[in-house]
Amino acid sequence: MNDLLISLVLILVKLGLILGVVLTMAAYLVLAERKILGRMQLRYGPNRIGPGGMMQPLCDVIKLLTKEDFVPDRADKWIFLFAPGLTALAALLSFAVVPFSPPVTLFGREIPMVVCDLNIGLLYIFGLSSLAVYGVVLGGWASNSKYSLLGALRGLAQLVSYELALGLALVPVVMSAKSFSLNAIVMAQADWPNLLRHPLAFIIFMISITAESKRTPFDMPEAENEIVAGYHTEYSGMRFGLFFVGEYINLVVIGAMTTVFFLGGWHGPFLPPVVWFILKVLFVAFLFIWARGSMPRPRYDQLMHFGWKVLIPLALLNVVLSGAISLAVNS
Amino acid sequence: MNLWRDIKGTLQPFWVTLGYLFKKPVTIQYPEEKRTPPPRYRARIVLTCNPDGSERCVACQLCSAACPVNCISMQAAEAADGRRYAAWFRINFSRCIFCGLCTEACPTMAIQTTPDYEICNRDVLKLVHEKEDLLIDGCGKDTEYNFYEHSGIGVVNERGGNEDEYGPVDPKSLLP
Repeated sequence: MNDLLISLVLILVKLGLILGVVLTMAAYLVLAERKILGRMQLRYGPNRIGPGGMMQPLCDVIKLLTKEDFVPDRADKWIFLFAPGLTALAALLSFAVVPFSPPVTLFGREIPMVVCDLNIGLLYIFGLSSLAVYGVVLGGWASNSKYSLLGALRGLAQLVSYELALGLALVPVVMSAKSFSLNAIVMAQADWPNLLRHPLAFIIFMISITAESKRTPFDMPEAENEIVAGYHTEYSGMRFGLFFVGEYINLVVIGAMTTVFFLGGWHGPFLPPVVWFILKVLFVAFLFIWARGSMPRPRYDQLMHFGWKVLIPLALLNVVLSGAISLAVNS
Repeated sequence: MNLWRDIKGTLQPFWVTLGYLFKKPVTIQYPEEKRTPPPRYRARIVLTCNPDGSERCVACQLCSAACPVNCISMQAAEAADGRRYAAWFRINFSRCIFCGLCTEACPTMAIQTTPDYEICNRDVLKLVHEKEDLLIDGCGKDTEYNFYEHSGIGVVNERGGNEDEYGPVDPKSLLP
């Protein structure tokens, strides 16, 4: 009984910690993105509120909370109100299976530094990222606006076609770890990060995860110069904020996923494991911001063409090659 | 080969943006840093004076007529020596578009634009400048020019009494 209580408290503490850290990171990634993009375009970015603009996220939240929560006429009200939460929730839940440090021993008790070490963690993440599509599609459908619907359609088609390449890119990773558990995948990278073992898989993964997260250069669902703001055109106030924050939580999740699958998780010399983990996540986030500052948006048919005709065959080839090579090395 | 070109075209922008990331931004941080506009910048409008300190404006209404937004208004009056001046002169800066057409229309170079661009105000009535707000001591852009030394027939000087003039021609002496 006592043991159960301690486990429960530990889980709650870990949940609170992760929620706090992830939300803070998401808020400051918004600021970091605006500042880095600004510097890439020879501007400063937000620097007025607090030292160096550090209070900007707080002001953004206050602004979003105090804005009118508007539901368009003849929108599907309940679905409209519910959709943004789904996106943010799916992004937040993915963090449950991400291990951010090796188990810590505290008061003679081994505490795994992951909320829930599922043995199908990878599939769980895939499931949740597919679920996040529902936020986009339902939001776009319920808005009763042609731009929202177009954005939702694009989002759906894009996410479905890139998920295949994403899953196939991770097959070599699973093969070398012999497990779907994220903890085991990190453990298997103790001496070599998967980035060096499966470089092609890494490239395919990065491209398809960009499309999956709807970030530039694959931000067709919200392409602002074609369809206003895509699926969140009609949203205002904190509901728009939830979509927005969901996107940045997603960025943290993607950073964590890339770190776990390809950059060796918490493994690294000198620094404590948690610091290594956060540094790697931030580095991946920087890569995405960098890509946003550098790449133009391709046309929609080019995106579909690239996904189905280039990435998926390449990913299949990569699976066969990695399997053959690991078989040859092991025998 | 096109593939090579595509890969190069995908990777090159990353290098370019990374280079720009470490350059100094070109932004001027306005309230702390201020740009010095060029001397001929068209911002706040002033009324200038002659080198001898008298008002240049002769209330001819040309600036008012040239103004595309009708923000200049005035009342003409005549001094004892026959010289015209503006009894009151008003520019509504909340309407002014700083096009500079008034300065081009002015025959006496009285109305001129200055580089002082910080005239915004929360109270719209404070943007209506009266003659005493507009009048400055100096000559503005041309420190030599004095209208009545070249023209203004018989008002200040006798007809043909100015330095670069000769007297009225006797038409009878021109007969063949």
